[in-house]
Amino acid sequence: MATLALRADYHGDRKDSADKFGGAILVYINWDKHLFFYSAKAFPLDPNMPFAAVLEHVIGTHFCQHPEYKDIDWGTVEWSLNNEPFQPVMDKSLAENGFDHKCLLRFKTAEKSAFADAGV
Amino acid sequence: MSTKKLNLKDKYRLLTRDLDWDFSYEDRKDAFPFEEFEGIKITDWDKWEDPFRLTMDAYWKYQAEKEKKLYAIYDAFSQNNGHLNVTDARYVNAIKIFLTAVSPGELAAHSGFAFTGRHMGGIGARIAAQMQSLDELRHIQTQIHAMSHYNKFFDGFDEFSHMHDRVWYISVVKSFFDDARSAGPFEFMVAIGFSFEYVLTNLLFVPFMSGAAYNGDMATVTFGFSAQSDEARHMTLGLEIIKFLLEQHEDNVPIVQKWIDKWLWRGYRILTVVAMMMDYMLPQKVMSWKEAWELYFEQAGGALFKDLERYGIKMPDYTDLIKAEKEHLSHQAWWTFYTNSQATAFHTWIPSNQELDWLSEKYPETFDKYYRPRWEMAKEMADKGERYYNEGLPQLCQTCQIPMIYTDVQNDPRDIVYRSTKYQGERFHFCSDQCQHIFENEPEKYVHSWLPVHQIFQGNCGGPGGLEKVMDYYKLDVGKANMDYVGSPDEERWKTWKGVA
Amino acid sequence: MSKVLIAFQDNDEARYIVQAIEEDNPEATVYFEPAMIRIENEGSLTINKATVEERMGCEWEVQSIHVNLLTLTGHIDEDDDYFTVHWDN
Repeated sequence: MATLALRADYHGDRKDSADKFGGAILVYINWDKHLFFYSAKAFPLDPNMPFAAVLEHVIGTHFCQHPEYKDIDWGTVEWSLNNEPFQPVMDKSLAENGFDHKCLLRFKTAEKSAFADAGV
Repeated sequence: MSTKKLNLKDKYRLLTRDLDWDFSYEDRKDAFPFEEFEGIKITDWDKWEDPFRLTMDAYWKYQAEKEKKLYAIYDAFSQNNGHLNVTDARYVNAIKIFLTAVSPGELAAHSGFAFTGRHMGGIGARIAAQMQSLDELRHIQTQIHAMSHYNKFFDGFDEFSHMHDRVWYISVVKSFFDDARSAGPFEFMVAIGFSFEYVLTNLLFVPFMSGAAYNGDMATVTFGFSAQSDEARHMTLGLEIIKFLLEQHEDNVPIVQKWIDKWLWRGYRILTVVAMMMDYMLPQKVMSWKEAWELYFEQAGGALFKDLERYGIKMPDYTDLIKAEKEHLSHQAWWTFYTNSQATAFHTWIPSNQELDWLSEKYPETFDKYYRPRWEMAKEMADKGERYYNEGLPQLCQTCQIPMIYTDVQNDPRDIVYRSTKYQGERFHFCSDQCQHIFENEPEKYVHSWLPVHQIFQGNCGGPGGLEKVMDYYKLDVGKANMDYVGSPDEERWKTWKGVA
Repeated sequence: MSKVLIAFQDNDEARYIVQAIEEDNPEATVYFEPAMIRIENEGSLTINKATVEERMGCEWEVQSIHVNLLTLTGHIDEDDDYFTVHWDN
């Protein structure tokens, strides 16, 4: 489908194309069933950054406000990338792990949570 | 010469229809260049009916009467320190949202109706749109006047027009009207005239304004009800445009249906903030969002769509979803703003125990299960002196621009809904099937979305350098206009005025 | 039949209009809410100029309904001496 337009040459110039972020890619990250954080968070990240660094410096600093964050056993976490099951390689870069511009990374934790029923 | 008074029908014919003229030396198509590209077929503009038959002379007469009443009350309100009569200063934050997010929409509607009032070929429709355009201008003016009194005593009002083009959540409303105004005249009429004015604005202007009255806000209820007296006429115009388009040509039916599906959804998403204003921001409650939705959408909207069935128009197929979302909407919104209150132009707070109980009573299926635990957590953190402000910036929906807060209420309300599609090799994210479909129907348009989060990352909101720069760019007075109500200068002043320690 | 709805500001003028509506539409239900009066009825609601004038004790133009009207649903039929909202389903 296309937009009904007065002029045949109507077109869109994408506002958020990859070239507009100074070499970074946008990555959205969500901790599933933890609506303490009301939505996934957005980050402009260097695609050469190793996944381990993202875990420590991005996830580690932006999801730690949750009182149960410290209990996470990262060995049992289930990851998905763009809603497909995904197994990150810690010392490889985001690009090597298959991350691209505006990708969605989600993680599920297995620990028993006091807030599980509410999804907080 | 006879002095007999004209009856309503004759007066309407003479003072409206007779104002049109024929084009003798210019092509009519050149005069109305936007009338055809949307695919709408008009065979006879004379079939246009204006049920109110309001002529310009009567319009000025009744509008003048409304204005005189309104401004007499404004004078009384400000001369008598009316702001001291609201139930609680927390309430004032609801009208900060109104001024920053809703009032500029009135101005956008004014310009939209001026455009359609110029570009529809039929004189009856043109005059009705012209009146509505004037009404919308009156609405933003009266709203600014009403708020100007509050602006003298509370933070968060003064930069509303600057904020409109910049602040993250206000972009939601701005983009809604920009979307409608950049469409053709008929889509605009279905978008704003019908879907918004007829089906949805009651939810903003009737129960919320009744709530403003109940909370002692004489200024707001007065402009709200004065605006709504125009709105009743706008609703009639909205219904008339639909009936007219559908009766003109059967080829119009699928186009109109598509616009209704799109714009009811777009408008409904906007109302998320109204849901929150009703359930969380009125210290004295009038009715819950859910009750208002049932009365003004399910009952009134249901009757409307039953009536439109004869033209082949159907209620949009997401009706079951929005029925289920009424149990969740206000709670999701208030949590979003509460936890992001370091970047809002109003204060937020933890509901009192009494308010939590009211919410449990009004939302027995969802509140205690999903939402009360959040407030218990927030309270525990606040009691420890660690009031919770969420770090980082949210993922936004490409179409409605609202943070991706909506959950899968029909299956597991603990799961956020994620939808995405690719266009020109780029991935776009959506909060719902509906927002995805709207994008896919007109991707050229929605790739233009000015998403505040992405704009911040691109350095277009005060340059690189963190959230502080962004707040300067918003002209948001950090620590005064935003953050928790508890401990705010607003609270301090209120306590002083009221003689509370 | 679907329900039609009319709401007015709660003030002295509107109270007479509402009384006239109650008189001419005995099946209608009237709800008093903060600052407003909401009236619902199956199918239709009619306001007659003559009844309103009798209640008010003075002349009343049907079009001045705009001054105190808050909202309505249904199709409108208006003339010099009456105002009706109705659904035909």
